[in-house]
Amino acid sequence: MSVVTLRPKAKPMPQAAKNVIDVKDLSLVFETNDGPVNALSNINLSVDGGEFVSFIGPSGCGKTTLLRVIADLEQPTSGSISVNGMTPSEARQKRAYGYVFQAAALYPWRTIAGNISLPLEVMGIPKAERKDSIARNLELVNLSGFEKKFPWQLSGGMQQRASIARALSFDPHLLLMDEPFGALDEIVRDHLNEELLKLWAKTQKTVVFVTHSIPEAVFLSTKIVVMSPRPGRIHEVIDCNLGSERTLDIRESPEFLEIAHRVREGLRHGHSYDQAHL
Amino acid sequence: MKRSPLAIVAFLLAAASLVLPTGADAPGFFFFATPALLFAASALALFASASNSSLIALLILVHLAAIFLIGLLGSFAMAAPAMGYWCMVVAAWLLAWLAVQRLAALRPKSVGLQRMVNLALPVLFGAWLLILWEIVVRGFGVPAILLPPPSMIAARIAGSVPTLWADFQQTFLKAAIAGYVIGCGSGFLAAIVVDRVPFLRKGLLPVGNLVAALPVVGIAPIMVMWFGSYWQSKAAVVVIMTFFPMLVNTVAGLAASGAMERDLMRTYGSSYTQTLFKLRLPAAMPFIFNALKINSTLALIGAIVAEFFGSPIVGMGFRISAEVGRMNVDMVWAEIFVAALAGSLSYGLITLIERVVTFWHPSYRT
Amino acid sequence: MNFVRNSVLPVGTVLIGILAVWYAFTVILNAPFERDQAARANTTISTGQLIENTMAQERPVLPAPHQVAAEIRKTVFDISPTSKRSLVYHGWVTLSSTLLGFGLGTLLGILLAIAIVHSRTLDKSLMPWIITSQTVPILAIAPMIIVVLNAVNITGLLPKAMISTYLSFFPVAVGMVKGLRSPEIMYLDLMRTYNASKAQVFWKLRWPASMPYLFTSMKIAVAISLVGAIVGELPTGAVAGIGARLLAGSYYGQTVQIWAALIVAALMAAVLVSLIGLIATFVNRRMGARA
Ligand SMILES: Nc1ncnc2c1ncn2[C@@H]1O[C@H](COP(=O)(O)OP(=O)(O)O)[C@@H](O)[C@H]1O
Ligand SMILES: [Mg+2]
Repeated sequence: MSVVTLRPKAKPMPQAAKNVIDVKDLSLVFETNDGPVNALSNINLSVDGGEFVSFIGPSGCGKTTLLRVIADLEQPTSGSISVNGMTPSEARQKRAYGYVFQAAALYPWRTIAGNISLPLEVMGIPKAERKDSIARNLELVNLSGFEKKFPWQLSGGMQQRASIARALSFDPHLLLMDEPFGALDEIVRDHLNEELLKLWAKTQKTVVFVTHSIPEAVFLSTKIVVMSPRPGRIHEVIDCNLGSERTLDIRESPEFLEIAHRVREGLRHGHSYDQAHL
Repeated sequence: MKRSPLAIVAFLLAAASLVLPTGADAPGFFFFATPALLFAASALALFASASNSSLIALLILVHLAAIFLIGLLGSFAMAAPAMGYWCMVVAAWLLAWLAVQRLAALRPKSVGLQRMVNLALPVLFGAWLLILWEIVVRGFGVPAILLPPPSMIAARIAGSVPTLWADFQQTFLKAAIAGYVIGCGSGFLAAIVVDRVPFLRKGLLPVGNLVAALPVVGIAPIMVMWFGSYWQSKAAVVVIMTFFPMLVNTVAGLAASGAMERDLMRTYGSSYTQTLFKLRLPAAMPFIFNALKINSTLALIGAIVAEFFGSPIVGMGFRISAEVGRMNVDMVWAEIFVAALAGSLSYGLITLIERVVTFWHPSYRT
Repeated sequence: MNFVRNSVLPVGTVLIGILAVWYAFTVILNAPFERDQAARANTTISTGQLIENTMAQERPVLPAPHQVAAEIRKTVFDISPTSKRSLVYHGWVTLSSTLLGFGLGTLLGILLAIAIVHSRTLDKSLMPWIITSQTVPILAIAPMIIVVLNAVNITGLLPKAMISTYLSFFPVAVGMVKGLRSPEIMYLDLMRTYNASKAQVFWKLRWPASMPYLFTSMKIAVAISLVGAIVGELPTGAVAGIGARLLAGSYYGQTVQIWAALIVAALMAAVLVSLIGLIATFVNRRMGARA
């Protein structure tokens, strides 16, 4: 078992790191009682270090499944995938990534500090370091002062921020986020989008982000992966770099609208919202 | 495939049984046939591919060995079974466990096959409990007063059907069922009344919850004094025991329908009884059935235990206490077997009815 | 104030109602005996006198609440607790075997649940039996356990405690299997992303998640343990314990004694269950449950 060493300061990111994630000809079929479901079909994708990649597509197109394959929570049926040059399983055992679920999934019997401390305890990190990390990450997500609260005493947005702090607590290079803001209202979501962007700029982490909101994807990403359902596949990959100094105002800019339009077109061509799914 | 250490140990034990003394009067054919079966089974477990047919073969070999082992118990007239015999027993048991383990690990595609496996596993487990019980009790010569072997209990059951039936009639068909029906019925009606009066609900519910946790069977001697020693007094105990669980559960169930659904009924201008029958009682069904299930066990307990305090010379509780006094433990086990059968069958019946009535409940959807 | 209006007042009213009904039945059930006596002595009896008499019989059909209270006071406070006539003595005999059996049963139930949750084989082969055995009137074997163990010279506390162990072990095992399985998939996935060991998943997730289930089943278990201990005292021929008091009372028609023993048993059950409820509240608070 490897013990993760914590770097108190943003470590020098391996800027040139190519292919943090490399997916080749990957397919995944779920065997269900009603027959096989082609959740992923012939996926090819590579993600470089420091990128912010969004998966977008209608529900059921396999976004979550792809993310779970990267996280070694699901096994592909065929094809290959590497994470940090290793198999996903090895990467998971090296604790290479932090995962944020759609729901905050905070343990209700632990305080906010206790929840953030959870992965650190599992990884056997000494108490003093745990304390530092909790304080640092709570500050990062603007939750200082809420250490002793229990999850239910916080609003939905605050809970989701706490779960991001938990994913960051052991300082993984890679952050996997599955519709982290999907359950939140638009105002809170905008706010958290800004914060996430700042956080990404500050820590230079690689982020893979699942969403079904076009503005969210365009606003956050350096690369947008448009997916379509049945079988789940990648329809198009759209580069999207709106510069590092982004604020919410950028959403009114022509460049933004132009990319958003392309994403929408891509989704439409992918037969995303066909009748059966409405 | 991983070589299971269980199979290796079983192989070694089977080998040891050939060398070690068995303690038999005259080691006959089966003292060599049984180890041979065990050798075959462990070899199968060790070297054959993990296919379904090898698993079935393993199961057959192991159970054949078990039958031989029980048969061998007849050849120890002079001395008790010795190490050699016990080595065979342990080997057979290890192999059986291994087979059950492999069976449990199967994940058949077809639903029917999965169901069969799910049924076979507990059946095999129960069978081995009985096999080991029989072998250990007879092999070590445990006195029958302490624990009779299953074969003796089975013989006793077969030999005393009329007595068992009379006892069953007295305790189950008369006392338990009458008490159950009256207790559940009155608890249900009381709940409807209590539900209409919020003040009563607030007052009776905590009291009812408390009573449900009390040792109500203790009331039995009083009931025997009041209603005589015939089945009526037992039924009275059952009424008191089953009343409160039904009351508490029905009241909770009547409160279970959502505010939105009730508002909907309101917008239709539905009357109290209409809302009760069309919405609230259906919504309360899972709770009511929960009480019916709890009460089915309680009713049998109440009827049996109440007989410990006085009864005519018939009845399951009477028989148990009387035969215990005479140290006829096999008869006691026979009665317990009947009680267990009656208990689980009535529980099963209620569960079946529940499935039909509350088919809409999420726990039954697939 | 709300507490008074919503609990104290209604519950108090119901309790007073129960007392009133009890008194009414005391008069109704005991009156025939008094009338009989009067008829035999060829005297008539006034209604007032009749009512007074019904509440002061030595062996009433139904003793009045105050008679039972007086009996409890006498046998609890006035008699030395070491005396065989003290209810404290008998109560302690029952309580000690209840607690011993309950403790052992809970421990066993938890251990078995842990084994079942971690072994597919046990889960599939043993669990159906445990569930079925809950539908079986296990209490019926209590006398046999006692007598059989007595026959091999195991007497006193242990046989009764074994019945309580046996009875309390099933609800705890079933409840804990449910509780240890209660964490959502997402919580388990989270642990997997940390590459947590089985032990870590157990101690940091399954165990805390199962606490509410543990306490719920412990409440059932302690109540049934007490019943087991009482029933376990019946076949030894009324030596000691609440059950012995009930049996002796029924032999000699001492209804007041029976009722006193019953009320004490009820109080013991209530105290035990609320004690566990209190511990549950305390633990749940520590674990952040809403107040
Ligand atoms: N564990 C599973 N078993 C069977 N089918 C699944 C499972 N998980 C997902 N699926 C199916 O795979 C498809 C893709 O699901 P998912 O990745 O969750 O989509 P998305 O996250 O894009 O909404 C869906 O059709 C879904 O029903
Ligand atoms: Mg999804």
